Amino acid sequence: MSRGAVSRNAPQSGWIAGELREEFPGLGLRYVTVDRGSGRSPKELRNRLRELSGRFSGPQAINLRHQTIPWAYRVFYRHIGLDPDEQRTPVEELALERMKHGGFQSQSLLDDALTIGIVESRVALRAFDADKADGELGIRPSAEGEVLEGRPGPLPTGTLVIADQVRPVALLFGATAAGRGVHPRTKRTILCAVGVAGVPDLALEEALWLVTEIMRG
Amino acid sequence: MPELRNRIETPPRAPFDVPALEGGYGGATVTPERLIREDLRRQIARLERRLSELFASAFPRTGIEWRVGAVGGPRVLGVRDLERVRDALVVRLREAEAELDRRGEQEEATRGLLESMIAEPERHRWVRVAREDIGERGCGHYHSRPRWGILGMLLNWWRVRISSGCPLASG
Repeated sequence: MSRGAVSRNAPQSGWIAGELREEFPGLGLRYVTVDRGSGRSPKELRNRLRELSGRFSGPQAINLRHQTIPWAYRVFYRHIGLDPDEQRTPVEELALERMKHGGFQSQSLLDDALTIGIVESRVALRAFDADKADGELGIRPSAEGEVLEGRPGPLPTGTLVIADQVRPVALLFGATAAGRGVHPRTKRTILCAVGVAGVPDLALEEALWLVTEIMRG
Repeated sequence: MPELRNRIETPPRAPFDVPALEGGYGGATVTPERLIREDLRRQIARLERRLSELFASAFPRTGIEWRVGAVGGPRVLGVRDLERVRDALVVRLREAEAELDRRGEQEEATRGLLESMIAEPERHRWVRVAREDIGERGCGHYHSRPRWGILGMLLNWWRVRISSGCPLASG
């Protein structure tokens, strides 16, 4: 496949540990692999980001939290012991940054694509280095003694993590393990959407396609 | 009859319109504790909705505490922790509603003052009412001042001037 080409695979469904599937119906992980890493954000994308900044204003930010999808994430955060006003949901974090800086700041191709994907769809999106992931991704509680690379000490048993077949790659809605995220030498990227009850599957798929299309350029 | 009392008469109602599976999720037995957790989660969802709506309606007022606090996560919370979250939301909601009611009454009284000031500025000499005191956005104010300086003071000619506040454009 040529450099910069994008895999046209449909989004895959990640696995969810049995006890989590029973406890949290609606919890899901969808992901797609693209055959490129990040890089400098092209001018058209920066313009698109600027245009999005203009469309996203203060009243929208204020009303965000009781829109269907952002509210669903806020509720899920509370269900798993997080305070969405301390550790913000992805879309609210971006909204806050927009208000603080007067616009969405362009950082890189991937970051800008994720920003657009998250703000347009309200879905929680994130990315990992595909060459550093072993097998399929899913969500499960951490086992006793398991660590998140780059973080001192073991995780408290039962911490919800996004994991591959071997190890945790990130805390659910939290930090990414050292070396598992996208960096300048990344050649292939996994784009992930985390779904919770109240977030339609269609929204997850559309969010992933939106980001994939942007990465395609 | 103990068997009938302990039997679940209706299938558990799943949150967020996800249809409940007969006999429990995936055929697994639904324990009473799980039913309690599901009910607590539904309560938390309703409270979060109410708090979010209050947050939106409170704008542009500032200085109201909205945070509830985390109980340690991300993890599957047990009944006790879910109750803590639920109770914390109830308390926060109550406090926010009380604060908004208090401010609402204050703003109503201040608006009454502003109306009197506009009707009879000479009876409210030098009185200044800030926009935020009547629930409006921005940093301007209404100020009862004499027309034409000393002449207005001597002849009892007063008017209300509206100041736009900050010289810089707001974001």
